[in-house]
Parts: sequence; structure tokens; C-alpha cells
Amino acid sequence: MAYGDKVIDHYENPRNVGTFGTQKEIKESKDIGVGLVGAPECGDVMQLQIKVNDDTGIIEDAKFKCFGCGSAIASSSLATEWLRGKTLDEGLDIKNTEIVEELSLPPVKIHCSVLAEDAIKAAISDYKEKHNA
Amino acid sequence: MGVTLPMYLDHAATTPCDPRVVEAMMPYFTEIFGNPGSRNHSFGWAAEDAVKKARQQVADIIGADSKEVIFTSGSTESNNIAIKGAANMYAKKPAGQTGRGHIISAIHEHKAVLDPCKRLEKEGFDVTYLEPGPDGLITREMVEGALRDDTILVTIMWANNELGTINEIPEIGELCHSKGVVFHTDATQWVGKMPVNVKTDNIDLLSLSGHKIYGPKGVGALYVRRRKPRIRLTALQEGGGQERGFRSGTLNVTGIVGLGKACELCAQSMDDERERLLELRNMLESMIEKELDVVQVNGHRDKRLANITNISFGFVEGESLMMAIKEIAVSSGSACTSASLEPSYVLKALGVGDDLAHSSLRLSFGRWTTKEQVEYAGNKIVEAVKKLRDLSPLYDMHNEGIDISKIEWAAH
Repeated sequence: MAYGDKVIDHYENPRNVGTFGTQKEIKESKDIGVGLVGAPECGDVMQLQIKVNDDTGIIEDAKFKCFGCGSAIASSSLATEWLRGKTLDEGLDIKNTEIVEELSLPPVKIHCSVLAEDAIKAAISDYKEKHNA
Repeated sequence: MGVTLPMYLDHAATTPCDPRVVEAMMPYFTEIFGNPGSRNHSFGWAAEDAVKKARQQVADIIGADSKEVIFTSGSTESNNIAIKGAANMYAKKPAGQTGRGHIISAIHEHKAVLDPCKRLEKEGFDVTYLEPGPDGLITREMVEGALRDDTILVTIMWANNELGTINEIPEIGELCHSKGVVFHTDATQWVGKMPVNVKTDNIDLLSLSGHKIYGPKGVGALYVRRRKPRIRLTALQEGGGQERGFRSGTLNVTGIVGLGKACELCAQSMDDERERLLELRNMLESMIEKELDVVQVNGHRDKRLANITNISFGFVEGESLMMAIKEIAVSSGSACTSASLEPSYVLKALGVGDDLAHSSLRLSFGRWTTKEQVEYAGNKIVEAVKKLRDLSPLYDMHNEGIDISKIEWAAH
């Protein structure tokens, strides 16, 4: 699999790797939304966490962890970069096709970008649920 | 001490030609170019002499008579001729009918065995695909349990290409002979590394390939037993009737000379080489097991070829692992390399979970693999797995005591 330079760059220097705490701590933090998508048996699991300013609704920080191929790692790394500083609504506007374009993903790797979009949506909806509750 | 990169640790896929093999082949391109089928001039005779010598060299490494060696283009062709040829020859009913006979194979055979078997299923034969246990082995007992009154052929590989695991070939052969069932073994990974005696190992048909044993690509052989019992085959390819009619077509003289030389060289060095490679493999496995948790060496720990190791690294994905060690050429059981989402069917056959099957590497060593190379590879792999585990949400969960198999994942 020959990858583009941007995938390799994200793979070798992934941005914003990490978590805002243990699974338990995260669950209890109201300002954090988590998206955990994919499945180990499919070879891709993405975990995306966003830290939202409750007053402004702006995503102040985003972190990821990813079990997956180079494209999956790059897609989730890129998603954290794009999410930082965005409002929740702007975050929801990120489309997988934009990720494909930015990273020049080959057709067999498009599902990685879909997964990243799913992770963004899941994280934002997790945050919203915590707040409506 | 430095090593040269990229580094090749994928000898189960193919091997470089030994320079002595190339040297032996050279005259047959330009000087001794005759067709061994030309019986009436010296050009043909010279080529025929070369083929005769090579046929003996191949026969010697498997304990056969030279008349029992059929040259082919490689193991895929040998398997096709053996499996389809024997099934059609010993069929209980003519083509076009069902219930033509029963064949026994195994689910983790190479595709070059499975696909001919699947073809025969479409042509009226029944095939039982044996399932190995977690150690990957196919035993005499398993074959015995699957035998039927109408079993005509058993085809079981000697050593598995992804795992290196060694099946009970002489024992299965003995069973087949006692029941009058034809026995074929795909010995592609075995020949040249381990001793073979087709007579005492009770083998009727055996496939081998040149490019796995430091010979050229595009040449291989099929052993066809001539005595006790005499095996007959329906030929797939028709034409000039070369190779006792089993495989028509002008002989690939240069390739055949190379294959013969490759066999001769393997026979000389096999025992020392096996010991050397075993030491390197043990070193690699202990390096990895010492430095990393949740790793699993796949297949039977001892009943394995010395030059192959297949290791699963929990919580990291195979393709990203290969990317992290991209200057080391190895194989992955991972899905993403093959554009499908299916992990290795061989590992699945052993009951290795999909998650671990996605994170496996096969490393296979060869004639020029050095201790320095293996040390380098071992360190690189350990470093890469650690790096990827830092990235892995699954490793975090594991460390927090969360059972990943209990999570409801949304499969995609």
C-alpha cells in the first residue's frame, strides 16, 4: 500500500494523541464528549474525545486514540486538528469526503474517513446527551 | 554493527536465487539451448542430459526414483495436476454425475490446494475440509475420522505456509496406503529444509517449488509414485506428451537446471541451516516475549519449521505495524493489505480471534539472514508495537481491566 505524504506525516507524527482520563473519569466529566467507533474484528477502532467550553460551545481540545491502519490513524489525527476551535455545529459539518481529499486516501481506505466522521458525530452527540440529561 | 535496509525477512513468500544456481543455469540460455525433445541431434541430447541430471537432483532430495519426477511451472501447477488429475482418474462415476468420490483436505491449506478442491466440488466430488485445533496441526486421527468408503484422495500440506506448523504426513500417508486412498502433499515449504523420503513417508504425490528453495521462479516439480501403488493421473494439459504425458509442453530447461542445482545445494546445507535458523528464531521470539505483553506465537510451539514464526501482537493492527517497520519486509495476516476486510483465514482456522488475527506478522528467515538482522528486526518490532500501543484505545481498555470482547462494537 503506497501512502501519500500526508498520511505518512500523520502516522509518524500523530497530532493530539491521548485521552482526558480513564474511561470511568471521562464518563463522569460533563464537558467531555467521547466517540468510540469501529470494531476490533474489523481492524479499526477509533476513540475521539472532545473537550467543550460549556459557555461558548466551542471545542477547546480534542484527543484521539486509534487501533487501525495508517489511514485510520491519519484520519483520526486530522479530525482532532480540524475540531479544535470549532463550534459543535461546525464540527458536525466535517464530511468524510473532505478527509479523503485532504489525505489523498485511495478508494480502499475510504472507510477510514467514514469512521472518522462517525467518531466526530458520536463524540458531539455524546457531549450533547450529557448536557440534556 | 550495521545492517543494510530494506531487509528481507519474507523467505516463505520467495527466496533470492543462490548465485551458484544462476551460474549453473547460464549456459542453458545461449550455448546449450536445444530442445530436450529433439531426439535426433546433439543440441537436443545436450539439453536432455542437463534435464536428466536435474531430474536426479530433485529425486535425490525427496528419496524418489528420477522417473517419478515431473517438471512443472511450480507448486500451484503441481497441486492442480495432482489433485484434479487424481480425482478424475479415480472418480467413482463419470463426469457430469454427482457422488463421484470423496476428497479430504483442510481449511487452512494454501489456496492452490483449496481452489482445485472447490472446482472438484462443482464437478461432482465431495470434499471434507478438516479443521485443525488451536495448534494448527492436522493429525492422522483427524484424517481417519473423516475417511469414507468412497474416499479417493487425501491432500494435506506438509508444513503450513503462514505458520510453519508440521502436519503428521508420514502417519497420514501410512493410513492412506492401508486404505488404498491416494495421498498428495503440498510440500512447498518443507522440501529443502527438512528431509523427505517419499517411500518411507508413504507419499504418492508431492508438490515442490523452485523459488522457495533459492532456485528460480516458474519451475517446480510433482513427484508421482510409480510403484506400490502406481499412481495414474488424468493430464490437464495436452500436447507433445512430455513428462510421461502428465505435463505436455517443451521443458523449461534453464529453470529445470536451476531447480536441480537448488535441490543439490539445499541437500548439502539443510541440517546446519536448520539449526542456525532455529537459533535465530528462538532469539527473536524471546526478545519479543521478554519486552511485550499480550503477544502470541501462533501454531504449535515445537512442531514448526525452523525458519518461520507467526506472531500476533494484541491491540495493534497489522498494517500499521508493517508501516512502522516498513524497511523490514515481512508478511501480515492483516486485512488491509489485501483490500478485503477479512483477516487471515489460516489464523481464523486456529481459532485466533479476529482482533489478534488482524495484528499478526509472519517472519521467515533464509540462507543469508544474519543474527544482526534478526536483532535489528526484533528491536524495531518491539519499538513499533510500543509506539502503536500508546496510540491504541484497546490497550488502554485492557490496562484498565475492561474486557474488550464484552463491549458491543458496531461492526462496519
